[in-house]
Amino acid sequence: MSAEIRQDVVGDTSRAPVSQIPKLGKKATGEAAGYIGGQVSATIDGHELKVPLGTTILEAAKSMGIRIPTLCHHPDLCVAGVCRVCVVEVEGQRTLQAACAYPITAPIKVYTHTQKVRRARRHVVDLLLSEHYGECYTCVRNNNCELQSLAKEFGVDFFRFGHVTEPRFEIDSSSYSVIRDPNKCVLCRRCVRTCIDVQEVGALEASGRSIGTRISTYLDKPLGEVVCINCGQCINRCPTGALHAKDASDDVWRAIEDPTKHVVIQTAPSPRAGIGECFGLPPGVPMTFQMNTALRLAGFDKVFDTNFSADLTIIEEGTELLLRLYKALVAKEPVAFPQFTSCSPGWVKFLEHFYPEYIPNLSSAKSPQQMFGAVIKTYYAQKTGIDPKDIVTVALMPCSAKKFECNRPEMDASGFKDVDYGLTTRELAQMIKEAGIHLPDMPKSDFDDPFGTRTGSGVIFGAMGGVMEAALRTVLELVTGKKVENLFENANIVPVRGFDGVRYVELPVTEVSPTVEPLIAHLVPNWDFLKGVTLKLAVAHGTANAKKVLEDIKAGGPFSKCHFIEFMACPGGCLGGGGQPIPTSPEIRAARAKAIYDEDAASEVRKSHENPAVVELYREFLTDGPCGHVSHRLLHTHYTPRGKYID
Amino acid sequence: MLVGQQQRLSDEIRGLVERYGRQRNALIPILQELHAAHASISDFAMQVVADELGIHPSEVYGVVTFYQFLRRESQGRFVFRLCRTISCDLAGKARVARQLENDLGIGFGQTSADGRFSLEWASCLGMCDQGPALLVNEKVYTRVTPEQVHQIIEECKATFGAHARQVAHA
Ligand code: SF4
Ligand code: SF4
Ligand code: SF4
Ligand code: FES
Ligand code: FES
Repeated sequence: MSAEIRQDVVGDTSRAPVSQIPKLGKKATGEAAGYIGGQVSATIDGHELKVPLGTTILEAAKSMGIRIPTLCHHPDLCVAGVCRVCVVEVEGQRTLQAACAYPITAPIKVYTHTQKVRRARRHVVDLLLSEHYGECYTCVRNNNCELQSLAKEFGVDFFRFGHVTEPRFEIDSSSYSVIRDPNKCVLCRRCVRTCIDVQEVGALEASGRSIGTRISTYLDKPLGEVVCINCGQCINRCPTGALHAKDASDDVWRAIEDPTKHVVIQTAPSPRAGIGECFGLPPGVPMTFQMNTALRLAGFDKVFDTNFSADLTIIEEGTELLLRLYKALVAKEPVAFPQFTSCSPGWVKFLEHFYPEYIPNLSSAKSPQQMFGAVIKTYYAQKTGIDPKDIVTVALMPCSAKKFECNRPEMDASGFKDVDYGLTTRELAQMIKEAGIHLPDMPKSDFDDPFGTRTGSGVIFGAMGGVMEAALRTVLELVTGKKVENLFENANIVPVRGFDGVRYVELPVTEVSPTVEPLIAHLVPNWDFLKGVTLKLAVAHGTANAKKVLEDIKAGGPFSKCHFIEFMACPGGCLGGGGQPIPTSPEIRAARAKAIYDEDAASEVRKSHENPAVVELYREFLTDGPCGHVSHRLLHTHYTPRGKYID
Repeated sequence: MLVGQQQRLSDEIRGLVERYGRQRNALIPILQELHAAHASISDFAMQVVADELGIHPSEVYGVVTFYQFLRRESQGRFVFRLCRTISCDLAGKARVARQLENDLGIGFGQTSADGRFSLEWASCLGMCDQGPALLVNEKVYTRVTPEQVHQIIEECKATFGAHARQVAHA
């Protein structure tokens, strides 16, 4: 069996909104062809290099190993050129130039640290500090703040232009996920570019002018009242403490210290691949088992693996997909296709706001976080004889939107709040530090039973294409009756992996199994209806890409013919989530992805339906099977059409 | 805003979009037209404009709050903008300012209770050699003296009557 990537279907996946894509002129011909697309010489601090025409001074310097400080520049975002921290001297130019925004189009001589340059940069930072209210030792970004680092780098030893001594703006903590403290904002507009270009939400934009300029929401309303999907991507790109997640660690500590409470934590795959960064390790060093030990030392009663409920999600969501296919192809009932994944709460809220008409396409399966919460407060409570009212469930997630998700009013299927607190990777790292633990030094230990078996299919949920791959491993095995290992080498369905914003893959089902697995035998009589069907699948991450796919579907394009589409709110999938360590960049996300795929490859069980804990759950508890009544009550949910207009 | 009003406003905006196109650079002309027609730009209108141009309401809000001549709150039928930049300052804008406050009965940044007049400061109007300069809606007055202020206001009142009649006929 082979899967084919169809690049032609995907088309342009540049992230800039259509209205901002520059109108490219015709391809150069004649004399112009000689220099457009050609090489040009750049001499920086006396070193000469040929660079492609149009390279910025900043990029050219970087490729020579010369560092130019920056603030508003970010590797994920378009050029802004607003902070002027990166100024350099260009021979023949009267004024200093912003290196990040200066494309080299003719031979050029640049000096990056003359006296004039150093003084200007220092003054820029002095001016920023004159408007900046904040005491570093009380700030979440202490020791990981670009403004602080610049002040140190430039040798700021007094406030040349004064300093704000009182807060001037109110802190906006209306959102479940993101707190805004404009007192610390340096107006670099990275959050604006993130929210518009990467996420296409547009919650934040600069308003006013001159000294009255602020980053504000629509009508300056509290963030919790405007259209924001809680993805936290703005937090990950903010250079200062002006944006941060709403921290639940005080509540979690209180629960841990309360002897009447049984505090369990589930840990998602992505934080393991990232948390080492908070302890000075390079990106991509997995800390899974060290973290288990640390969590127990910090006082959690049980440490569970969200992979368990990720596998559960796959079974439920995969069954739902097969049922939709059966209804469409055999029963000829009207069903919404393509089916959309629903495990990314940022994506779910994006759809609820911008495309509520597609809510029927969303899988009704809850996210792994919420499934686990419901299972812990029912099945686990019964099994252990602990009163669910005394159980506190904490979820360690790479995500700030999970904080919103666990507070959705409908998430109380167990009769209690299914998940009490969502913690981000950064917050947990902080808690571990407070407990006096240096994570990398911890001995390794395993997850707790009864959900202890690690499966690779759950782990890869953390990476783009992971949910799709996990679902395919299970669906293909059920449908063909063949081991996925025999269909794809090492069960790695590589075509759905990757970092391009949108992926489209076709997968013909050439053979089907003569029998139906007992688990779902009551739902479909046989698999004949899938024989010869070409499954059309797509993956999109970053909601700007999701928007492109949805617009294509609306217009009846190729994506409207898909069967199943994985959507993730964050670029790179969960491993690039808004709760992950700061900074983020394409290289950092790639390193985390590698850690995740390595953990998958090293797992004994790599398919959700083979996870013994899941099999046992269906045998003992969800006895009417996937998508049955009990599972519907506990593991499925409904959505709220929200729209985008604000009163 | 009532549903019917919203519907009319949306139709009006769609008409403007037909005329100016859906590119980003259509934003300012559309906002200017809306402002001219309604003397302000409502919160609802900004969202419809954003929707039609495929951008976000926060971006429209950013533009509206950036420009002095685009307002969210209604202003008087006649907006007086007195230049306060240095040349006009030296040419005696302070006395003109006092006269304006006196005769209009409002301070700078205010609108008269009958909704006829607003008074504000402006930055250099490009008439520095003929200061003090005063802008009333789109009409520029130069070398304004305190004595002229009364006359300018009377002119406005006269046209306001005419304008009011026009509106009544429309
Ligand atoms: S934002 Fe940075 S400079 Fe400002 S208080 Fe926080 S750590 Fe210090
Ligand atoms: S959390 Fe996401 S949607 Fe909300 S403001 Fe930040 S980037 Fe925009
Ligand atoms: S909130 Fe942060 S990212 Fe946004 S402009 Fe301010 S400092 Fe920059
Ligand atoms: S980094 Fe170049 S202007 Fe901000
Ligand atoms: S200073 Fe008043 S018009 Fe220029």
